[in-house]
Amino acid sequence: MITQALFRALDKKAIWVVAILLVIALAVPAANLLIPPGSPGHVPNYLVTLFGKYLTYAMLALALDLVWGYCGILSLGHGAFFALGGYAMGMYLMRQIGDRGVYGDPVLPDFMVFLNYSELPWFWQGMDQFWFAMLMVVLVPGLLAFVFGWFAFRSRVTGVYLSIITQAMTYALLLAFFRNDMGFGGNNGLTDFKDILGQPITATTTRASLFAATAIALALSVFICSMIVNSKLGKVMIAVRDAESRARFLGYRVEYVKLFAFVVSAVIAGIAGALYVPQVGIINPGEFAPANSIEVVIWTAVGGRGTIIGPIIGAIIVNMGKSYFTGALPELWLFALGGLFVFVTLFLPKGIVGLIGQWRGYSEWRNRPAPPSDGAPSGEAHASDLAERGENTKTVTRAPQPKPAE
Amino acid sequence: MFRAPFAFRLLAAALCLLAGVFAPIAVSAQDNTSQIRELIAAMPDASLRELEEIVSSLAATGNTDVVPVLEALGEGDLYFNEETGDVVIVTRNRMYDPVTEEEIAPVGETDLSRIRVNNGLRRDIDATIGGMTLMADDPQTRISAARTMGASPDEENIPLLDEALAAETDPAVRTAMENARAVTILGMPDATLEQKRQAVPIVSRTSGGAAIVTLRSALNEDTPEELRADIESAIAGLEQERAFWQAAQNVWFGLSLGSVLLLAAIGLAITFGVMGVINMAHGEMVMLGAYTTYVVQETIRQNSPELFDYSLAIALPLAFLVTALIGVAIERGIIRWLYGRALETLLATWGLSLILQQTVRSIFGPTNRQVGNPSWMSGSFDFYGLSITYSRMWIVVFAIVVFAALLVVLNRTSLGLQMRAVTQNRRMASAMGIRTPFVDAMTFGLGSGIAGLAGVALSQIDNVSPNLGQGYIIDSFMVVVFGGVGNLWGTLVGALTLGIANKFLEPYAGAVLGKILILVFIILFIQRRPRGLFALKGRAVDA
Repeated sequence: MITQALFRALDKKAIWVVAILLVIALAVPAANLLIPPGSPGHVPNYLVTLFGKYLTYAMLALALDLVWGYCGILSLGHGAFFALGGYAMGMYLMRQIGDRGVYGDPVLPDFMVFLNYSELPWFWQGMDQFWFAMLMVVLVPGLLAFVFGWFAFRSRVTGVYLSIITQAMTYALLLAFFRNDMGFGGNNGLTDFKDILGQPITATTTRASLFAATAIALALSVFICSMIVNSKLGKVMIAVRDAESRARFLGYRVEYVKLFAFVVSAVIAGIAGALYVPQVGIINPGEFAPANSIEVVIWTAVGGRGTIIGPIIGAIIVNMGKSYFTGALPELWLFALGGLFVFVTLFLPKGIVGLIGQWRGYSEWRNRPAPPSDGAPSGEAHASDLAERGENTKTVTRAPQPKPAE
Repeated sequence: MFRAPFAFRLLAAALCLLAGVFAPIAVSAQDNTSQIRELIAAMPDASLRELEEIVSSLAATGNTDVVPVLEALGEGDLYFNEETGDVVIVTRNRMYDPVTEEEIAPVGETDLSRIRVNNGLRRDIDATIGGMTLMADDPQTRISAARTMGASPDEENIPLLDEALAAETDPAVRTAMENARAVTILGMPDATLEQKRQAVPIVSRTSGGAAIVTLRSALNEDTPEELRADIESAIAGLEQERAFWQAAQNVWFGLSLGSVLLLAAIGLAITFGVMGVINMAHGEMVMLGAYTTYVVQETIRQNSPELFDYSLAIALPLAFLVTALIGVAIERGIIRWLYGRALETLLATWGLSLILQQTVRSIFGPTNRQVGNPSWMSGSFDFYGLSITYSRMWIVVFAIVVFAALLVVLNRTSLGLQMRAVTQNRRMASAMGIRTPFVDAMTFGLGSGIAGLAGVALSQIDNVSPNLGQGYIIDSFMVVVFGGVGNLWGTLVGALTLGIANKFLEPYAGAVLGKILILVFIILFIQRRPRGLFALKGRAVDA
């Protein structure tokens, strides 16, 4: 059965995505380390780090896509899982500084010395062990998602209400991590990292390895997501997305399906955060800001939700745009981002990937020998949109109507 | 005692005055102007000791007109002309006659010399003025004189107070005087136990921290047992009272915060209730309302500053119009195409909020803009132990008015009727001939317009910056989600509950932790009631 799942996961386009990511994981570090600077084909250091960051964002977007695109849960708090994973990694990196900090305390990180801590808080114990920190990277976001999802899905909090309380969750964490007495460095966060696994964190080889690790982690995430959505469970997830009540009445435990997707997604987001921190060199409470989480949603939407490749493309394109705009035209970035939100929701409900599919469908339709009477591709896309919201497909022919809050 | 004879003399003089002239002081005051003149004229040549006698004689006239003279003497503003011997009061910008207060043509400063006083005399003068003002015609003056005596207790004052009390009829003034007397007695080392025990309940009648401090300072090792028990029970009572007022203050702050939340959330509740649309740009409507106020005030400052006090009245309809029009434009331009896709609407309006923020930032700059308080909104007043700022109070009033107006619109106008019909059953309403798209546009416009009104109010208590709206949007969501969208009362209850709960948590948990606790509470609450406090009842099945 497992082999069957493996084969199912790797068929279709997912195998290409995984393969390309693995090639990137090897090729980019090789091009950075082996080809001397100045020669054609050399990838400069800053680009390695920059693209490493994009890949962690892509992982985060993929995690969101798993719950939003496939399970219909619009989480506006995925940044929280990302940041929690990042904080776990940051705590490990802080402990690795040892006595090289400004105050030279062998155990306590600088900010704790500054805030007059006499000993390590209990939740910092064990974080100097890499395996333990990595366990926390997975466990903490997973556990939070489990507890949160357990309560939310069991009491059938859905739709906009769920979105808003996920936003409240990340906002509460934002406020909490800003507090100095939380023991996470307050609004300065954790920074000034020196080593990771005994290697200096700024070294080119470390950077290249981190890039490779990120690309491999992304490939693994793609593989896992593909495995999930192509399994029977994945079919149930899509059923929950499209018609939750119907799935429930058919006998599926909708809340468990959602909970599973939510927890897996949170874990992937946490790992993405853990890979993000050593590459950018800082983690602070700003990562919890609700605005960040909403931005993740737009990456996913731009690329195309409900597809595996879409969120990856979306995250990379939007962030490249952001890097360009904030450097060249900082005034315009918010206009561009805001416009993107409006444009994508109005005109690209299925994102870039959906656009390609539509375009292909359109050309196929044009090449058909006999034009069908009702087969307009836009109408088809429209129908599936409505179906996603769980509306009765009989209503498809009518113009969209507002639906009062339940 | 150095001053005791003086006090007795004053007392004697005052008693004579009271006994002899049992007429209103004001009448007798008319008669002794010449006597006052003589006394003042004697001042330049008097020695310090003689000056002291003059002061007491002046006081003995019982005429409150001498108070300014005495004050001037105490502050060193009383001069005499070396050539003519005339006594004048010289302040920074004018020179006038001490009795008639008529201006005198200025003379060169070299001709004037100051009538010198020393610290002992100055104290005498203060006490005399206190005694004089205790007898003043204006009750407010008498009260403040008594308060001054209470604030710096001096046993010299006791006879003055006794005498003033004997004549006093105004209950408020009596209270102040009795309090001053009791405070003085408690601090006197040689007062009898009985006197002190009588003083304790009088002191504790006035609530507040000052009474507790007075009572505490009266406690020491030598305090007799009965007195100690009295004082301690009085302190306990006062502290209980203080705790009560503390709670009242929390309720007030909570109401104030709650009304701000109500203003910010109520428009959101309408659009969400009627159309199921979460408008993430709602906060930016608030921000635009605040900037409208700013623009109105700037225009007024430049063109007709005398209208400044009316600036808010002008800004209110303008802010409503501006934001309502933008709201209708948003509905017609964007949201209309996204109906039934609530989550996408959320994203599109979020995008809009970014655009609006950046637009305002580009036009007005990223820094805070100065929005002033009209005179009737600045300052504060005391309500028993509470200090209430006018701006907060008017915002509470304003929130109530807006809420009431909205209730009227929803329940008494045809638009309200249509809105309610569309909320309950869109298709049926449409079949009955209600133009649902028009109702949607109007609803969105109304919701946005109210956000604009909220912005005018918030401009008075918050910084007007492009980020103004962001600070309120999540709180507003919490109110809507907590209160439910069934009716406006849900929003009211939600806003006030969250506001008051927040302020009650603050002293124990701190502002940030209090807010976190509220958020956690709402997240848990939603589990129990996924549709909020006041959910629409019906058989609507969600997908």
